[in-house]
Amino acid sequence: MKRWQRFKSSYFLYSFRRDPVAVSSFTVFFLLVAVAFLAPVIAPFNPYDTTIIDIMDAEIAPSWMEGGEDRFWLGTDIQGRDLFSTMLYGLRTSVIIGLGAVIFQAILGISVGLTSGYLGGRIDAFFMRIADIQFSIPYLIVAIITSAIFQLAFGVGRFEQMAMPLLIVIIGMSEWPKYARTVRASVLGEKNKEYVEAARVIGLNRRIIMFRHILPNTLTPVLVISTIQVAQAVMSEAALSFLGLGMPITKPSLGSLINAGFEYVFSGSWWITFFPGILLVVFTLVIILFGDWLRDVLNPKLYKG
Amino acid sequence: MFAFIVRRIIQSIVVMLVISFIGFSVQHNIGDPVRDMVGERVSVEEREAIRDKLGLNDPFWTQYIRFVGNAAKGDLGTSYFHSKPTLQVILSKAPATLELVLVSSIIIILLTFPIGIYSALFPRSLFSKIVMGFSTIGVAVPVFLTAIVLIYIFGVELNWLPAYGRGETVNIWGWETGLLTWDGLRHLILPSLSLSSIMLPLYIRLIRSEMMEVLETEYIKFAWAKGLNKNRVWLVHAFKNTLLPVVTVFGVEIGILFAFTLLTETVFQWQGMGFMFLEAVERSDTALLVAYLMVVGGMFVLINTVIDVIYGFINPMVRIAGAK
Repeated sequence: MKRWQRFKSSYFLYSFRRDPVAVSSFTVFFLLVAVAFLAPVIAPFNPYDTTIIDIMDAEIAPSWMEGGEDRFWLGTDIQGRDLFSTMLYGLRTSVIIGLGAVIFQAILGISVGLTSGYLGGRIDAFFMRIADIQFSIPYLIVAIITSAIFQLAFGVGRFEQMAMPLLIVIIGMSEWPKYARTVRASVLGEKNKEYVEAARVIGLNRRIIMFRHILPNTLTPVLVISTIQVAQAVMSEAALSFLGLGMPITKPSLGSLINAGFEYVFSGSWWITFFPGILLVVFTLVIILFGDWLRDVLNPKLYKG
Repeated sequence: MFAFIVRRIIQSIVVMLVISFIGFSVQHNIGDPVRDMVGERVSVEEREAIRDKLGLNDPFWTQYIRFVGNAAKGDLGTSYFHSKPTLQVILSKAPATLELVLVSSIIIILLTFPIGIYSALFPRSLFSKIVMGFSTIGVAVPVFLTAIVLIYIFGVELNWLPAYGRGETVNIWGWETGLLTWDGLRHLILPSLSLSSIMLPLYIRLIRSEMMEVLETEYIKFAWAKGLNKNRVWLVHAFKNTLLPVVTVFGVEIGILFAFTLLTETVFQWQGMGFMFLEAVERSDTALLVAYLMVVGGMFVLINTVIDVIYGFINPMVRIAGAK
C-alpha cells in the first residue's frame, strides 16, 4: 500500500499523465497485448484448428468489399483462415517471441555485464572482446545466419516444430552485447561507491554484493533500452519470418502472414499483407513512442529535440 | 601509431580465425561433401572410399587446419548447386548488392542533408512538422513493407517502374553493372528507395538534432553578433560542424544497410549476395553458406579495422583506450 502511495505521488506518474503521447501509446500497447493474449476468447475462429479451415474459403475479400462475406470481417488468407483471428494469434506469437527474446538477452547480457564490470581483469577483457566482435556485425546478419544454420542443422520440419523457442534464442543471442555494455558501464560507475565498499567491509560475499547491491542501481538504463529492444525483437522476428527463416505459415506470426500474402498482392489480394503489416507497424510504433518518453523521463540529460 | 595498427591487425586475424572455426564446424557437422559430389545413388563402400580420399575421416583439427589453409589461398570449397567454386559464385553476385548499397547511400545523402538542415532551421514550419511526423512513423515500418507498398503503387497500379530483377546490365571488366543502361537504372529505383527508407528517418532526426545543438552554441551567437550573412552562418559555420558526427555514424551504418539488402533483395528478386544466400539455405548448399559466412565476416572485420585505424589517426584518445 505504501509503495502504491509513493508511486501515486511520484514524478514518474505525474509526467506520464501530463504527456498525451505517452498515455495514448501505453494504452494502445496495453490493449494490443491484452487482445493478443485473449485471442482464444476474442477471435471468432481458431486458426490452429484444421477441422474448421476450408481451403475453398481462401482469399475472400474483407466484408465491406465486393465478394466479401459477413463471417470474415477482414477477409481470409490463402489457406482459408479468417484473417482477423489469424492476426490476433499472430500478434500473440510475435509478442511472446519479442518479450521472450528480450528477457533472454537481458538475463544473458546483465550477467555478463555485471560479472565483467565487477570482476574486471581478464574476464572483463575476454567478454568485452566477444561483445566487440559481435557488435561489429549488424544484429540482423547474425540472426539471419544463425537461423539459417539452425534450419540446416535441424532440417526444415524439426525447425518449424521448435520455431518459437529457437527464435527466442536466436534473437536473444544476436542482441545481448547491448545489455552487457550498458550494464558494465554503470557497474563501473557504481562499484567504487561507498555502499559497495561498506558491503565488502562487512564481509558479504561477491555474489550478494553483485546481485543484491549493485544490480538494482544499474537497472534504470536497462529499463530504458528494454522497451526499444522489444520493438527491435518484434521487428527481427518479422524480418526472419518474412525471409522464411522464422515462424512457419501453419503457426502464424505477423511476419509470416506478411510473407504469405506478399505473392498475392499482385493478384489483387492486398489485405492478406496489408492488415498484418499495419498491425505490426502500430505495435512497434507505440513501443518506440513509449520508450522515447521513458528515456526522456529517466535520463533528462539525454534529452534531444 | 604503428603499434596500434599492428595490434588492430592481430586482433582482426584472431576474429577471422574464430569466424572460420564457426564456419568449419557448420560444414563439418551439417554438410556432406560426398553427396555434393556424387549424389545419393552411390553405394556405402564407394562413399567411404571417397571420404578417405578427401581426408574427411581425418581428425577434426587436421581438417580445420586444412580448411583455414585453403581459405587463405582463396579456396572456400565448391558449391553443390552451382558446381563452381563458391568464392566465384559470391563474387559474381557482389556487384548487384554493392550497387544497391551505393545508390541507396547516394539517395540518403541527397535527401537527408537538405531536409534535416531545413527542419533544424525552421522547426515550426509545416513542412518540418510533417517530416518529423513521417520520420517518427518511419522508424517503425519494416523495410519489406515499404518495398511491398512501393511495388504495389509504382509497379502494379501505376505500372511506371519495373519491380523485379536488375534489367539490362553491361559487363565492364567482369563487373556486371546496371548503372550504365537506362533499363538498369529504372530497375534500381524501387529497390534502392526501399533500402534507403530504413535510414532516412534516423538520419533526418540525427542531422536535425545535431544542427539544432550547433545553432545554440556560443560561436554561432558570435557569428550573428559579428553581422555575418545568414547563409554564411548556417551553411559554413553551423553545417560544417554538424558534418563530423554525422559522417562518423554513416561509416558504421553502411554495414546495417548491407544487412538489410537481404530483405530488399528477397522482395525484388534482386540477384545479389543476399538473394543467393537465401537460395543456398533453401537448397541446403552448405558449402556456399559457409563461404558466405566467411566472406561477410571478413568484410565486416575489414571495414571495422579500417574505420578504427582512421579514427586512430583522427582521434589520439582511441589509441590510448585500445592500449589499456
